[in-house]
Amino acid sequence: MLLPFAAVSAPKIELAYMVSSALFILGIKLLGKVRSARRGNSLAAIAMGVAMAATLWELLEAHKYSGTSWAFAAPSLAIGSGLGWWLAKRVPMTAMPEFVAVFNGMGGLASLLVAMAEVVLVADLSSRSPLAGLLQPATTSLAHHGGIEFAIAIAASVIIGGVTFSGSMIAYLKLAGKLNKNRFGPLGTIPLNVALGLLILGCSVWGCFVADTPSALWMANGLVAVLALVLGVGLTMPIGGADMPVAIALLNSYSGIAGMTTGFVLANNVLIVAGSLVGASGIILTKVMCKAMNRSLSNVLLGAIGESGSAASKEGYTKVKTTTAEELAPLLDAARLVIIVPGYGLAVAQAQHKVRELASLLEKKGCTVKYAIHPVAGRMPGHMNILLAEADVPYEQLFELDQINDEFSQADVVLVLGANDVCNPAANDDPKSPIAGMPVLNVWNARTVVVVKRSLSAGYAGIRNELFQLDNSLMFLADAKKALEDLVTELKAQ
Amino acid sequence: MPLALLAAEGGSGSMPFLIVGLWVLLLAVFLGIELIQKVPPTLHTPLMSGSNAISGITIVGSLLSLSSDYPIPGMILGAIAITLAMVNVVGGFVVTNRMLGMFRERPEVKK
Repeated sequence: MLLPFAAVSAPKIELAYMVSSALFILGIKLLGKVRSARRGNSLAAIAMGVAMAATLWELLEAHKYSGTSWAFAAPSLAIGSGLGWWLAKRVPMTAMPEFVAVFNGMGGLASLLVAMAEVVLVADLSSRSPLAGLLQPATTSLAHHGGIEFAIAIAASVIIGGVTFSGSMIAYLKLAGKLNKNRFGPLGTIPLNVALGLLILGCSVWGCFVADTPSALWMANGLVAVLALVLGVGLTMPIGGADMPVAIALLNSYSGIAGMTTGFVLANNVLIVAGSLVGASGIILTKVMCKAMNRSLSNVLLGAIGESGSAASKEGYTKVKTTTAEELAPLLDAARLVIIVPGYGLAVAQAQHKVRELASLLEKKGCTVKYAIHPVAGRMPGHMNILLAEADVPYEQLFELDQINDEFSQADVVLVLGANDVCNPAANDDPKSPIAGMPVLNVWNARTVVVVKRSLSAGYAGIRNELFQLDNSLMFLADAKKALEDLVTELKAQ
Repeated sequence: MPLALLAAEGGSGSMPFLIVGLWVLLLAVFLGIELIQKVPPTLHTPLMSGSNAISGITIVGSLLSLSSDYPIPGMILGAIAITLAMVNVVGGFVVTNRMLGMFRERPEVKK
């Protein structure tokens, strides 16, 4: 950084940043309660506005924004805001995981570019130095220019930003179903990732401490950026499709950490505060997801499941009882407590409104309807909650695993909609199962379990589900939306 | 310039920014963990998209890299960074607002 901005800013600007930080903290706090969440989000948005205004104020006051600056800044601000607004307004709730993944990536790439702009600046200074190559060699390495911490912060921003960006793009492709491979040639294997990591480390040392000519600075740090992008791909590829809740949470955390390291590059506290809040949030969500699957983070990241079990999954089921809407209607008509277990299949079938319709119908008939939400149902933390919220299901009807697991025994009917592994009895009974020990919804305790599923194929974990053959299980083999439509029609006729 | 020199002109006593920054980081991380542990699973998706928008705080850095100190290539990088960060910020907050608008309490009868 050049002198005026490297310094902690003028007190009034610092105060503005402080206000912004306080608003961010308050915003996150309010985001944690359903009643105040919307206000929290608005406060965080205001905080962002304050931070941006403070920055522009600082720049304008120091006469640092030339016509060229504005010529670049104004259209970028307009295009970015417009694009963000447009995307946010048209994305369907079912596609939220993909959307969050893409946005994560944007933040990461922005951090990488900001750090690279610093490299460009330092490179420019070394070439401009009047002494360059004359009396003494131009010794403007990053560390020489701004101190060791400045250099390390730049390298960290580039690396974390790059991994966040490419990792998020892979997560997007996987979530959108456009990529199913877990590796591509050597990409995604542990040896290559380790090798990449070491190479990045080497290049970073070169870029931070050794490179002192414009071309060397460019080359070293550019190489770090490219390698970090490749590493992001390699780290995210092995993670399986249904483990994406963990991957997105982790990438979310990375994007915060990238912002935080950029704060050290720019000597700006508001970036450190905001970045670490996001980093902490992502880490906690990651932990919650891993716990919900009874797996360690490393196990998820290395993609250990999925492959191991896939062979065994093809074995047929011998005593499955299938059912139809006509058969189910009287059963539901007489039920007094129905618990609905939604899964990813519900999102795929876009059946959330139909669920609500069926539930309303049942409620009119005097039945109590509850929803049991497994923490890893869907493709991102809380995925099912927003889908059902979109369909106007009151959130008081949504129950977490611990809250509802004892209630299944009182339920007349449990309706499993496009969920599989989260209600697999093998997790409790079979210590050798890949999902052994994973907390599951004990749906089999209900009088009747109806599993709505397109086929008997294995779920994501690639293991068979004995639930399908239990005496009190009925399989309704159909697309969730179609099945619900039929049920609603039949039930109305009752 | 060495960040260690900042202290003298920045008015933060004798602490260089690195140290101040690390203090801030330490406290912010603990605060973040405290705040987020209490968030119910219902709000995990909005929390994620909202915090995602907050990670667009790099917009501050992007704006700084368009200052006239930077050579044109640096400004170009900064301009791209602004665009990306703004997509992240605006899109993130708008979509979170949209999601949260859908959360409803049970309107009438309690069973």
